[in-house]
Amino acid sequence: MTREITGLLIDHEHPITLGELSRACSMHAEWILELVEEGILEPLDYDVLASSTPQLLFAGQNIHRALVVRRLQRDLGVNLSGAALALQLMDEIDTLRARLNASSCR
Amino acid sequence: MEFKDYYELMGVDKKATQAEIKRAYRKLARKYHPDVSKEDDAETRFKEIGEAYEVLKDPEKRAAYDQLGANWKSGQDFQPPPDWDAGFEFSGGGFTGENASAYSDFFETLFGQQFRGQQQHTQGHGYSMRGEDHHAKVLIDLEDAFNGATRSITLHSPQLDDAGHIVTKERTLKVRIPKGVHQGQQIRLSGQGAPGVGGGPQGDLYLEIEFRAHKYYRAEGRDIYLDLPITPWEAAFGAKIKVPTPAGTVDLKIPENPVSGKKMRLKGRGIPGKSPGDLYIILNITIPPATSDKAKEIYRTMKKELDFNPRADLGV
Repeated sequence: MTREITGLLIDHEHPITLGELSRACSMHAEWILELVEEGILEPLDYDVLASSTPQLLFAGQNIHRALVVRRLQRDLGVNLSGAALALQLMDEIDTLRARLNASSCR
Repeated sequence: MEFKDYYELMGVDKKATQAEIKRAYRKLARKYHPDVSKEDDAETRFKEIGEAYEVLKDPEKRAAYDQLGANWKSGQDFQPPPDWDAGFEFSGGGFTGENASAYSDFFETLFGQQFRGQQQHTQGHGYSMRGEDHHAKVLIDLEDAFNGATRSITLHSPQLDDAGHIVTKERTLKVRIPKGVHQGQQIRLSGQGAPGVGGGPQGDLYLEIEFRAHKYYRAEGRDIYLDLPITPWEAAFGAKIKVPTPAGTVDLKIPENPVSGKKMRLKGRGIPGKSPGDLYIILNITIPPATSDKAKEIYRTMKKELDFNPRADLGV
């Protein structure tokens, strides 16, 4: 009999920290910050970047985005702006595909 | 064990130069990268290509592979000849432990041991490290987001056994899916990731929520969309009709004369939560087919009595 386990849902009330995000991706925090600068990841409160003791917090969706970038970099050798462009195009394709599925279901 | 023809997998000639192999790999990797490609077998293809490139890009491994002989066909039953790799030196460049588990038995038998040997000495004395975080997807139904659910997920994690072989360990977790989750959200299970090294703590497991395709709803974030067919007379006179929602049937008042495709919003009827999503209903006026005499007669009357040109905007 397997024990039922309850995890923590990453949402706006329970965002993940910079440290947790970099650990989730097995990458350095500096790499995560580069992704923020490139506009690939959006911290919840951007202003804290300017403060002296930055505690950056992220919504859960950023985990997926960061992992995709890591894979694109590692597997295809794209640079950060290339990865940012690929992510943006993939988002657009997803939206279009969802719309296409919806209209073909009718 | 099946023989793998790495040249065939990469679509290159056996005499291809290293540059040609690299080019072929780049093209195929972009085409089949699972994040980019939507082809069904993208992940399998990508792994195969990665494995082929792992061997062919490295002159040492390529030379060893080549001397197996050119008579092998892809898929043929294969056992490596004894001491097949005698006289070859491997320096093991570019074999990352992360991808090791993705490679086939064929690769594992030929090249697995050499590289495992080299990885061992990274585990020195007096050194401890937290285990890596792992990631997995959990498929749920849209209804689960409304009611909450418990899902069993089976994870296959590659681990090294005592002899240094990679074995796939299977374990099942029963996970509580809270009410109000939506596509792409992450659930963190503390301590369910990779075991730590040298007494370090275990990593975490992140589960990404993915909805199974639903017969008639589709979700975008917390909002839900439903295409709702209505009759021409419901559209003409307005109507109060029953509409399914994931939380149960509701009555919806259709206004008079909506255009087909009109979007109606049921506020707060999307995925529940502190700020619940909305349910959007897209009206789709559906005309009855003119198959019976009665229907034909009515259409004939409409043709005679109604002055209706749906192509007026097109100037014809």
